[in-house]
Amino acid sequence: MRTLALSDEILMRVEKPARYIGNEVNSVVKDKTKVSVRFAMCFPDVYEIGMSHLGIQILYSMLNEWEDVWCERVYSPWTDLDAIMRKQSIPLFGLESQEPIRDMDFLGITIQYEMCYTNILQILELSQIPLSAKERGEDCPIVIGGGPCAYNPEPIADFFDLFYIGEGETQYRSLFDWYLENKRKGGTRLTFLRGAAKIPGIYVPQFYEELYNEDGTIQGRKKIYEDIPDVILKEVAVDVTNIPYPMKPVVPFIKVTQDRVTLEVQRGCIRGCRFCQAGQLYRPVRERNVDKLKEYALTMLQNTGHEEISLSSLSSSDYSKLDELLDFLLTECGQRHTNISLPSLRIDAFSLDVMSKVQDVKKSSLTFAPEAGSQRLRDVINKGLTEEDILRGATLAFEGGWTRVKLYFMLGLPTETEEDILGIGDLSNKIAAAFFEAVPKDKRVNGKVQIVTSTSFFIPKPFTPFQWAPMCTKEEFLDKAHLTKQGIMSQLNQKSIKYNWHEADVSVLEGVFARGDRRVAKVIRRAYEKGCLFDSWSESFHNELWMESFLECGLDIGFYTTRKRADDEIFPWDFLDCGVTKAFLLREWKKAQEETVSPNCKQQCQGCGANRFGGGICYET
Amino acid sequence: MKIRIKFAKYGVMKFIGHLDTMRFFQKAVRRANIDVKYSEGFSPHQIMSFAAPLGVGMESYGEYMDIEVNSMDSIENMKEALNQVMVDGMEILSVTLLPERAKNAMASVSAASYRIRMKEGGFPVCGLKASIEGFYRQETIPYTKETKKSVLELDLKQGIYELDADDEGGIQMLVNASSSGNIKPSMVFEKLCQFAGWEISPSAYQVTRLETYTNLAGEGEPHRFVPLSEVK
Repeated sequence: MRTLALSDEILMRVEKPARYIGNEVNSVVKDKTKVSVRFAMCFPDVYEIGMSHLGIQILYSMLNEWEDVWCERVYSPWTDLDAIMRKQSIPLFGLESQEPIRDMDFLGITIQYEMCYTNILQILELSQIPLSAKERGEDCPIVIGGGPCAYNPEPIADFFDLFYIGEGETQYRSLFDWYLENKRKGGTRLTFLRGAAKIPGIYVPQFYEELYNEDGTIQGRKKIYEDIPDVILKEVAVDVTNIPYPMKPVVPFIKVTQDRVTLEVQRGCIRGCRFCQAGQLYRPVRERNVDKLKEYALTMLQNTGHEEISLSSLSSSDYSKLDELLDFLLTECGQRHTNISLPSLRIDAFSLDVMSKVQDVKKSSLTFAPEAGSQRLRDVINKGLTEEDILRGATLAFEGGWTRVKLYFMLGLPTETEEDILGIGDLSNKIAAAFFEAVPKDKRVNGKVQIVTSTSFFIPKPFTPFQWAPMCTKEEFLDKAHLTKQGIMSQLNQKSIKYNWHEADVSVLEGVFARGDRRVAKVIRRAYEKGCLFDSWSESFHNELWMESFLECGLDIGFYTTRKRADDEIFPWDFLDCGVTKAFLLREWKKAQEETVSPNCKQQCQGCGANRFGGGICYET
Repeated sequence: MKIRIKFAKYGVMKFIGHLDTMRFFQKAVRRANIDVKYSEGFSPHQIMSFAAPLGVGMESYGEYMDIEVNSMDSIENMKEALNQVMVDGMEILSVTLLPERAKNAMASVSAASYRIRMKEGGFPVCGLKASIEGFYRQETIPYTKETKKSVLELDLKQGIYELDADDEGGIQMLVNASSSGNIKPSMVFEKLCQFAGWEISPSAYQVTRLETYTNLAGEGEPHRFVPLSEVK
């Protein structure tokens, strides 16, 4: 049996010791003397969040299929263990081997949201790896970043040796082969990184410099070696049906956020909502073969013993074989006492029928994401959902027995007016009214309908048409939330509507990190040194420490958030290429201002540029 | 058909709590393709019950759970199938077919035996055996049990059926584990340390449950403890 890195005394003292012991069903333990590459795969948040992430399960399984590689997992120690590890200088370890991360060849960190940046520093520090890539010696693991936030890596560029841009299935083998070859040749860390910089999708930040104009905007970039690329194109697994998929996902002992089998039905999204980063980053849309998915479902349920299965993708309703897949799952799962957890589907007769089969109609709620309160603003953001669609769907659902509806909106979208904001209350009210119209008095369960309206604050993200848009200040955000509240309170059916919104501080920071440049790194480091950690957890978020850090580092928040960007401004992330061209994004930005919608990929190609990958929806029909 | 499964839980698995152990077995039963019976209703669950919860940090070689199945080929195959889907530190020790009228595992529990050992070396005391004997000879062993809601005065002596040093420098005990009079081994050990004047940190010793028993004696008769797996 393995020896644990932490003593019994420590494990009995911390919350949920199962976070740190490994040994889960399907976790992979190899003989370390028989592998040549040791890889620590990290999700920089607490175990229960990290274990719910599909991407890590995919890469973990793929890497461990290779005989010469041992991939382990590591997550952020919670604050209780963090304090103990610092005090006793216990190095952070991989869950499988329980051995220090600092002795491994690679530390790969998936970066799913901006508010985990201080947790990245925690992982490095607890691993006893220097925070800055330039300070790392020959013995340190190569620190790799990936995931959606790697599409603007500049605010955290100092902390990484390299970033892997795009889908992980394609280049890890060449990266490892080069690593081993370099080692055989007696090469150094530097020679490895130089070679890695020429592998498709790999970005080595220390080989590039950011140059600034007098006004603080970016003038350009300088590379320090001639033979490395100016622009790095993202990696795409063109044929998603024939790439590895984890048939034996790790089954956690403790309850995690997504405690089920996850079937990824497709990558990408045809919709092109202008605020949505994922919708641009993961183009082109590629569907997995439905027969393969059925086979995966049964194998994964068998290998995990999970009692629930869910589908994963952007806009799952657009998957062309959805009906067939759901019918199959309904039949199979019914026999196996397995639940189906449905993704948010477009509400129509079919989806309501499926929902009524897998959920208790009285207890479950329906979700609509109109994102904006008026048709005008929905046209601006290219959200192809009309008021008519929503009311029709809601009426159908009310007739089917549902009484709870959740609505999601964003505040602070470009061109938003008071009228658009008041439209949120209006639409909520109309849905409540639709209930009273659709359901006769004697048939109303509890006599009422419950509408839960939630708003989040819009944050412009790189590689979206709104990357040029000014973001609101905290005060503007809160005013908008109050106006939304007033709008709801003035409605006839206001008693049926509950309104949720949250603090704006985190949104402002997220705005800085999303469109930040290399200068932002010192603020992140300063805030971390002041004790910021787990910033995405409201109980451990300390805005005042962040504000102090900005002040001390002399960085102006408004420069990154509220500033209006010129059409031809060079953005910190312009040297990356996600397939979608800047010219296309600018066209979409103009169309947004003209309140013109763009057809989706299935209706008419908009020439975004993603067809250069040579596959997916661009070559169908 | 009612099936009683005896299992061991040791090593790193001692850090998995009771509820998570139950979840582990629900998934294990599915992986092992056991034709387990489900309850009726909108969210059916497996018919499965556990004998006596084991505290986090304790090891055991005498854990029990009962399940009901619709069908099976043989108990040997079921044991084998379950062992195929275990992890390090979880082991199926036996599978028995219960008579239909058998009480469920939890209701059957009346006593459990435990071993306490130092994690490293022997107990750092002299006269272990004599101290244990002196302690056990007391007429009463009062214990104040404080919970969030109340303070209870107990007499441990009533519930300690056996207490002795074992041959390997550890302490063994057989104590009441019924729902009405459950005694935790740590309670006994705490009082013993007080009695003998020892100072031993709770993280320095390991408690292991050795067996869980039911009482076959009728009312008024002396205890007749047999392991839960031996209920006929």
